[in-house]
This record gives sequence, structure tokens and C-alpha cells, in this order.
Amino acid sequence: MSIWEYANPKKFIATTGPWVPVMLWGSIAILVVGLVWGFFFTPDDFRQGSTVKIFYLHVPSALMAINAWFMMLIASVIWLVRRHHVSALAARAAAPVGVVMTVMALFTGAIWGQPMWGTWWAWDPRLTSFLILFLFYLGYIALWEAIEDPDTAADLTSVLCIVGSVFAVLSRYAVNFWSQGLHQPASLSLDKEENVADVFWYPALVCIAGFVLLFVALVLMRTATEIRVRRMRALEARMRG
Amino acid sequence: MIALLRRDLALAVRAGGGFGLGLAFFLIVIVLVPFGVGPQADILSRIAPGVLWVAALLAALLSLDRIFALDFEDGSLPLLATSPLPLEGVALIKGVAHWLTTGLPLTFAAPALGFLLSLAPGAYVWLLASLVLGTPALSMIGTFGAAVTVGLKRGGLLMSLLVLPLYVPTLIFGAEAVRRGADGQDPTTPLLMLAGITLGCFALLPFASAAALRVNLK
Repeated sequence: MSIWEYANPKKFIATTGPWVPVMLWGSIAILVVGLVWGFFFTPDDFRQGSTVKIFYLHVPSALMAINAWFMMLIASVIWLVRRHHVSALAARAAAPVGVVMTVMALFTGAIWGQPMWGTWWAWDPRLTSFLILFLFYLGYIALWEAIEDPDTAADLTSVLCIVGSVFAVLSRYAVNFWSQGLHQPASLSLDKEENVADVFWYPALVCIAGFVLLFVALVLMRTATEIRVRRMRALEARMRG
Repeated sequence: MIALLRRDLALAVRAGGGFGLGLAFFLIVIVLVPFGVGPQADILSRIAPGVLWVAALLAALLSLDRIFALDFEDGSLPLLATSPLPLEGVALIKGVAHWLTTGLPLTFAAPALGFLLSLAPGAYVWLLASLVLGTPALSMIGTFGAAVTVGLKRGGLLMSLLVLPLYVPTLIFGAEAVRRGADGQDPTTPLLMLAGITLGCFALLPFASAAALRVNLK
């Protein structure tokens, strides 16, 4: 009994299939609890007023945007080493979810930034590196779409994902350097975790749990879809040939 | 390896096109900038370091798809892949040849274009230094992008989408070095970072390029 048994597409769908709806509804329930708790049952921040509540969407989506890329990296390495098709398809399935999370983090950040900093956008290190992450996602998805042969596409996107990860980390540090070298408004990058009181922290934790579960459910669902699409293509090819 | 380098250089020079085209593109972008932002010398000299770097980067991007595409079309790329020279070595040499035909001319043309943008007098040395250190990284990253997209129709546009985000760190450190030189600050740190990126690219990216080439030649 090893984890690689689930690399068999049939076994993968049979095992995860029943769990997907449970996880999907579970994550929605958890998110409703977390967001209602956060929006209506926590006090307003004494400096930021009620705008602080967007925190419950902003932080989890930003967290998942980065973790989605990590998951793609791991899945890509597994594909390159062990050639399990489910792994490559899972990486492919995770990318659009990651894009949505990135856009959501940027969008909620802009809405939060407008009243707090007086601007929708600033070339702050964190904001900039998220924008770069967004560009990396776009390139990755575009490469998947451009190549017709599925195995070639999986190989090339995996290599791109690995190289991209190195450069994403490099960009993060470069951007840090660049923005400090020019202008660093001290108030922009306060470390949120340290400043948040428990009242805000618990509902935020619930929201993060909800986002993680939602991400896993969506990726499993999309992976199963990709497997079925691939199966259908194989059937079509057999019928024609 | 030397023979391959010679062949690539001879092809680039004799076939024409790529060699002068990149330089002409560089010139035109720099000439267009004052039309866009106005002819005031103080504004131009402030944005000159960044504009010069961005223009050099775009000019280098222009000739990337020629790195492997011609060899792929006439069938010499599979021949190179089956030769005793490892594919990693081929990728490395292709990157070096691209740098010698694109990055190096751009580097030497850049100071002349700096005059057009009234770059601060102290910055010319650092402009040269940062381009010498930084453009090899651009060529190596570009070789990787070209290797990934070599088998594709309409690969050029996709390649820019893949390669440009990878150029971000190089651009940041390169432009920062020139800017510090122009302001009279010490540009050593960004130059060292730039050299580090270039060396890292030379050490690691040929492997990634070779892996991509093998997939495309399968």
C-alpha cells in the first residue's frame, strides 16, 4: 500500500470522487461561518475602521495564490521523475485556480489600499511580486494551451514551472531591493500576523481553512475533468482509427 | 564546441538581418522615448537608465526566436543532438553566440544612445559595466525560452510572454546600478547581484534548455 497507487487515474477518480462534493460544501460552510464571524461579530479596528474586514478575504487568497504555485511545482517534479499522468494533470488543473486566487488577492488589496493608503496601487515589494507571480501563471497556462501533444506539453510546462519558481523567488528579493533603493513607505509592509489581535485572528484562521479546503476540492474536481477529457479523446481516436 | 560557435557566428554575420536589426531597433526605441515624454533634459536624464535597459532588453528579445528556429527547420538541430557534444553544451554555445551577436553590440551602442537621453556623465561607465554583466544572462534566459517554444507555430509571441517575466530580476539590478551611478552613489551591490544572476544562469539554465530541447526533438 503506497501513495503511488492513487496515480492510477481510475483509482484516483474512484477515491476522490465521493469526497469532492463533501469538501466543496464543507468549504462553503466553513467560509460562510468564517466570513459572517469576521464581518459581523468582530469589532472595527480603531485606526482602520470597518475596512479591516477585507482582511478575511485578502490574506487567505494571497496565501493560496502562493501555495497553488508550490503545489504545481511539486506535481511537476513528480511528473518529471515518475511520469504519473495524474500528477501532470493536477498541475494543469491547479493553475487557473491559482490565477483566480492571485487576481483576488490583488483586487481585494486594491480595495483595501484605496481608503488606507489613498491609492489603488503602489509599487511596493509585496504588490509588485504578486503582479509578477500573476504573469508567471499566465505564461504557464499559455504554454499548456499552445502545445497539442499532451505529453510534450506536460514536459515543457514542468520544466517551465521549475525554472519559473527559481526566478519567482529571485524576483521577490530583487523587488525588495529595488523598492527600498527608491522609496519605501514604511507603513505599506507591516507584518500582519504580528499586529493582529486574537479577536481578528480566529475568524481569519477559519477563513484560511475554508480557502484551503476550497482549493483542494476545486483542484480534485478539475483533475478528474481533465482525466475524463483525455479518456474521451482516446475513445474518439480509437473510433476513428 | 568552438566549431559550433564559429559556425553560429559566421551564420549570424553573413546571413545578415539579426545582427543589425537588433541595434536598429534599440536606436529607434531610444529615439521614440523623447517624443513620448517630451524633450526636457532633466526628465530624460532621470529616466535614461531605466529606458536604456528596457530598450536593450527588448532588442535582445527580438532576435531570440532565431536561436533554434533556423536549425530546427533545416534539420541541423537533430544532427547536433546526436553529435558527441552533449545537448547542454549546444545550448550553452547557442546562448554565447546570441550574446556575441546581440548583447555585445548593444552594450557598445548604449553609451552613444545615452547622449541622446542626456544621461548623467558619471553613469556611462556603470552603464557599460552593467550591460556587460547583465546581457549574458538575458541571452541565456532567452535561449531557454527559445528551447521551450522551438517546435511551436506562432512560438514568438508565446516566447515573449514566457521570457519577459524571467527578465525581471536582471532588469531591476541592471537599471538600479546605472541609476546609482548617475546619482553618484556606490553601484557595487547591484553589479555584484547582476554578476551572480549571470553566473547562475550560465551554470543552471543550459540543463533546463537541453531538457526542453530533448522533449521538442522527441
